[in-house]
Amino acid sequence: MASIEWSSGRLRSVQDLTADIRLFEIERDGPFMPAAPGAHINVGVEIAGRPDTRSYSVVGADDDGLYRIAVKRVPQSRGGSAYMWSLAPGARMRVSAPRNHFPLSLGKGDYFLVAGGIGITPLYGMALALAETGARFRLAYAARTRADLAFADVLAARLGDRLSLHIAAEGERIDLAAEIDALPADAELYICGPLPMFEAARRHWQTRGRAPARFRFETFGSSGRYASEPFRVKIPRLGKDIVVPQNQSLLEALEDAGVEMISDCRRGECGLCTLPILETDGIVDHRDVFFSDRQKAAGGKICTCVSRVSGGEIVLDTPDRAG
Amino acid sequence: MTSAQKTSARVNAAPAETPTFPLNAWYAAAWSHEIEHALAPRTICGKEIVLYRRTDGAVAALENACWHRLLPLSLGWLQGDEVVCGYHGLVFDAGGRCTHMPAQETINPSACVRTYPVIERHRLVWIWPGDPALADPAEMPDFHWNDGTEWIGEGGTYYGLRCDYRLIVDNLMDLTHETYVHAGSIGHDAITAASFDVTHTDRTATVTRWMLGIDPPPFWARNLGKPGLVDRWQIITFQAPSVVVGDVGVAPVGTGAQQGDRSQGVNGCFLAAITPATATTCHYFWNFVRTFKKDDEALTRSINLAHVNAEGKGLYDQDVTVLEAQQRAIETHPRLPFYNLNIDAGALWARRMIDRLLADEAQRSAPAAAAE
Ligand code: FES
Ligand code: FES
Ligand SMILES: [Fe+2]
Repeated sequence: MASIEWSSGRLRSVQDLTADIRLFEIERDGPFMPAAPGAHINVGVEIAGRPDTRSYSVVGADDDGLYRIAVKRVPQSRGGSAYMWSLAPGARMRVSAPRNHFPLSLGKGDYFLVAGGIGITPLYGMALALAETGARFRLAYAARTRADLAFADVLAARLGDRLSLHIAAEGERIDLAAEIDALPADAELYICGPLPMFEAARRHWQTRGRAPARFRFETFGSSGRYASEPFRVKIPRLGKDIVVPQNQSLLEALEDAGVEMISDCRRGECGLCTLPILETDGIVDHRDVFFSDRQKAAGGKICTCVSRVSGGEIVLDTPDRAG
Repeated sequence: MTSAQKTSARVNAAPAETPTFPLNAWYAAAWSHEIEHALAPRTICGKEIVLYRRTDGAVAALENACWHRLLPLSLGWLQGDEVVCGYHGLVFDAGGRCTHMPAQETINPSACVRTYPVIERHRLVWIWPGDPALADPAEMPDFHWNDGTEWIGEGGTYYGLRCDYRLIVDNLMDLTHETYVHAGSIGHDAITAASFDVTHTDRTATVTRWMLGIDPPPFWARNLGKPGLVDRWQIITFQAPSVVVGDVGVAPVGTGAQQGDRSQGVNGCFLAAITPATATTCHYFWNFVRTFKKDDEALTRSINLAHVNAEGKGLYDQDVTVLEAQQRAIETHPRLPFYNLNIDAGALWARRMIDRLLADEAQRSAPAAAAE
């Protein structure tokens, strides 16, 4: 992975946007590099006493020298959110320069933005930027309950009827199929939200023969179809029997157990960390975007950096032929 | 003038990290006819860019480095309107999005290369190397003399000329050099004798020189085709950051050219769009266009050859010799400043405007510290 420019920084302030979404204003030492819509920063966190890093989308494209990120406290998370929520204003942090894996291309005609839950964070700045340039776009933003909406007031004021809110608890879903069918042929879709939402949108996009390059997505928000729980993994070739704790990824657990692994993105995108599945009696919760639906259904391999097993154990192979 | 405002004209060897060109501007990258359905690499403002013409005629400009392992995309090939990397076959569309990855059924969503805003106008392809969100067509320099309709001429480009682009701006904003660098052709003692006016706006600087009742130099005498003394003009306008247009010509003495009636005279324009490639190299797009003898193709050809020719004896070849020697001297004498003369007023206003654009850009990228 391309090297990350780290610098020290300080948590300037926090603000609760909802019961479980907190906004962090971070001041990074050194020259300020503005973050374009879709950009993220990495921050140093501590998980079970060990340093680690997490990526968070930068909220908005403010150029006042502060980076704003919104972190959702996820009880079954790998621990990054718990650490962030433990920080008080004034805390010192390690902060990277912004990078962008989810850039917004301007001047493309029509845009359809789809946000689910905390997935609003990258799309918020995109929507404001598009509103600024006068582009044709819509933002559909789904949340569990009305109280779970973050940024809805600003968005409503700036976007007017280009914003639609969908409250799951009130039975309102985004009709992805209808929305996609109504888009002009050259429209681009930008989506960030839970995996099932992403997969439904991508499936429909593909079925309709739309250009894959116009389907843009960000994966930080992707949680699985099932809640994270501890599970057991066995590697007969190495004689290993490991339990993956709830707040650790399969990849990290394997590494900790001394299994040599290669990886790069650690976001389920590149496919470097995948291992063959020998058998499983649980459900493989594929959380990556590397495998196609066909490959996931076939169940031959698992992307260890993000995917998990629910309700059972799994037996994996490794490429290690030393023994 | 405060000392802060003197900077760039005095201190030539700026520390390497101090930018010498603004990124948020339109720069000429190629002549339109040079960009076909094929990959054409260019270095523009320190950025490696690959250009090509799509099948719908529009020009695409992509970062010339594959997302995967940075191989220049210009070493690959086009497949329809998409670029195939010549190393492992990743494919990028004209928007910079990856559309194919070998040996997998999905595409990594981060895979893309940067694209640059492009405008094709006045027979040139212009690129905006800075923040695409700021790319405003209204900021295109006025270069309409080059569009081949009212004014006729065929120019060319010095690609990779080895000097800081600002040295060319200096050169064109002060034509007293004609008498020395171009002695024997357009040079004329009257140029050094005549006084001149310098004016400016926010984005332009203009040097106006009228030489009244002089002997015409040979080029102008031939094309005027009338005997006797002439009134000669040179009205040179700089448009920040790096376009220079010189309105030049002669008319029989006292026929009212200075008052605005050029109908008895002959008029040409030298055109320069100068594009920084790196801090010490640039691309010089030049032309000389005219409104007289517009159908005379032999004249068009001979004017072109008079500026640049294979023997390196053209007018601009003479300038290039001076400019590259000057750049080398700057590098061998990093601590010696430039001193300025009265004749440098036009160049100093031009550099002031460049500095202002640079300061705006510096501020845009570091507002936090400045604001508190
Ligand atoms: S490390 Fe890239 S998919 Fe797991
Ligand atoms: S470097 Fe371009 S495909 Fe590998
Ligand atoms: Fe010259």
